[in-house]
Amino acid sequence: MIMRKLPAAAAACGLLALLACGLLPPTAAADEPTAQPAPKVELVLDVSGSMRARDIDGQSRMSAAKQAFDDVLDSTPPDVQLGIRTLGADYPGNDRKTGCKDTRRLYPVGPLNRTEAKAAVATLAPTGWTPIGPALRAAADDLKGGDGTRRMVLITDGEDTCGPTNPCDVARDIAAQGIHLVIDTLGLIPDATTRNQLSCIAGATGGTYTTVQHRQQLTSKVKQLVGRSDEHTVTPVATQGAAACDTAPELRQGLYTDRETFSENRWYRVQVPPGQELRAAVTVSDDRAVNAGYGVLLRGVTVHGREIVRDDEGGSGRTDAVSAGIRYPKPAADSGTPPETVCLQVGNSFSAPASVKTTPGLPVELSIDLVKSPDKPSDVAFFGLGRGWWLLGLLTVTGGVAGLLSGWIARWRLNTGRTV
Amino acid sequence: MRTPKLLTAAGLLAATGLAGLAVLAPVARADDPGTATPTTPGASASASASDAPPTEAGTNFRTATPVKQGQQATASASAGDYLYWTFPADTGQNVTVKATVSFPSGAVRHGPSTWQIDVYDGLRRRQACRYGMQTRTAAADVTTVELACTLRTVRAWAEPWANDPLRGAYYLRLAVLDLPQTDLGLPVQAAVTATAHGTAGETAVDGSVAPVVTANGPDLAPDGGWAGTWWSPRWLWTGGGGLLAVLAALGAHRLARGPVRLSAPRYSGEPVRPREPAGYSG
Repeated sequence: MIMRKLPAAAAACGLLALLACGLLPPTAAADEPTAQPAPKVELVLDVSGSMRARDIDGQSRMSAAKQAFDDVLDSTPPDVQLGIRTLGADYPGNDRKTGCKDTRRLYPVGPLNRTEAKAAVATLAPTGWTPIGPALRAAADDLKGGDGTRRMVLITDGEDTCGPTNPCDVARDIAAQGIHLVIDTLGLIPDATTRNQLSCIAGATGGTYTTVQHRQQLTSKVKQLVGRSDEHTVTPVATQGAAACDTAPELRQGLYTDRETFSENRWYRVQVPPGQELRAAVTVSDDRAVNAGYGVLLRGVTVHGREIVRDDEGGSGRTDAVSAGIRYPKPAADSGTPPETVCLQVGNSFSAPASVKTTPGLPVELSIDLVKSPDKPSDVAFFGLGRGWWLLGLLTVTGGVAGLLSGWIARWRLNTGRTV
Repeated sequence: MRTPKLLTAAGLLAATGLAGLAVLAPVARADDPGTATPTTPGASASASASDAPPTEAGTNFRTATPVKQGQQATASASAGDYLYWTFPADTGQNVTVKATVSFPSGAVRHGPSTWQIDVYDGLRRRQACRYGMQTRTAAADVTTVELACTLRTVRAWAEPWANDPLRGAYYLRLAVLDLPQTDLGLPVQAAVTATAHGTAGETAVDGSVAPVVTANGPDLAPDGGWAGTWWSPRWLWTGGGGLLAVLAALGAHRLARGPVRLSAPRYSGEPVRPREPAGYSG
């Protein structure tokens, strides 16, 4: 009897284990981003007199740029709205004031007509000054409107000598307008000043800086940058954190941007319903020269000021961003329980040399997620399976004891003449 | 009688165990990142294009390029760029991230540059590397730099106050930490791979957490979904333990019951009449 029951019991155990495996919680499906608005790109080309220099694969910088533009126009993704702006294309004179206003919209940002755009590029001849700052401002205006991503590709061979504003500050101001504009810069055989200026412009807007030495490299890089505008990502929503929790803006699930000056703390509020887990991640980017040694703090605090959870991250040396994240599972409760207000404190301990402007503040990206998640660990690890010699020993001893008992019972029954 | 019964019992047990293993094995293989991604012949062009390894990298957390485990993602970039990728990692995996930075022969570099990979979890918290050269300095004349980072085992559950790695999205950032200003913007090629090895058996913990993948980014999941690792040596330990228990029970049972004479006519025929004692008469 006992022997016949044992295999059945073992089989039942196996079945149970398999069932347990099959009944794992299904994957939580995230919302797919729906139809994306058209991304906008503007190519800003330096047509100053120095573009005549013949030092790119034996060609002049200008002809290399023209050939690159031809290739890029041919391979632009169909849904990208592309425009072209020139700087220094029209005024050949020596008057600094006039030369420094010389920027022109060559082809408007919109659906691309390749023939027209190529014809417009073909007319260009190296002429005047290098007014990068005004060109950036004008290009930012060209890209206004719409909800798509905005990207600017600046191709130049010299630094802005117009002054008085540094084009890098101009770029930072544009980025701080909350239009999510990224400026990528390409330097054609630049010197140290140009390199510093262009990498500063790129760093201020989250773009990239590239030194171009060959025509092929120029073409592929511009193509790559134009292609990047076609990335389908969530567009963040601009918000403004408050100095205290009670006046803080309320955030829902989503992606937010804000600006925070050096060593500032900002507060936000999130409603966390019972049974859901708050997941918050914050990234503070350093878009200008900062001192080595910095940090970011993210705290979750109750409305009464009790700290629930915190995370901080520090670092030193070159970086683009520092980020921290917290999660807070709110235990499940009765259906009538109201959501809990959690205050989020975002602080940074960046500092900068005195020569660096502190306004506008550093870009802050805040990602808020509210997901359904268990808040308590279950009792079993790995389907309740065990491992190790102690387990084997225990099972063997248990089996042995059970066998002895059943054997004695069987013997007693035999001796007393019982048959069942 | 007893011997066939015992054999049947053992055989049934073994069959159950084998069947269990046969069901589990394919799942375990699907989790194995080393195997190539299956391609169906009828798959559309767009589907096969999305299965191809990415040739671009993102430039921040928001635009990080999704890459599958085991795929080699490549990107051409400029020295000074920050390159971001994101990949899913499931419970029990020991993830190793490898990155190779190669410098094209055309560009002349003026000094040594220091490269680093950083891995962040789905909450953008920086994760520690158990081993692997996370940071390396390349002399001006070398053509490639190899970086590696092995994360802690991805856990099923952790306290909210801990920054233990949980299943979900992971971000990989490749950046140059230090380089001569004159080398800023020079072209570089980057290639990264994230692979996983090991099983959850030894380090399995209680509980579970919904995958830490933000809804504000690409919807990441392993090829087989967030199934967790099903295979573990724990199946063998526990199954073997059960088998040992059965054997011990059978042995002990027999020992305690003692021998049973099956040929004994105890239960058969008419009862034996007691013999009369000798010497008794009249």
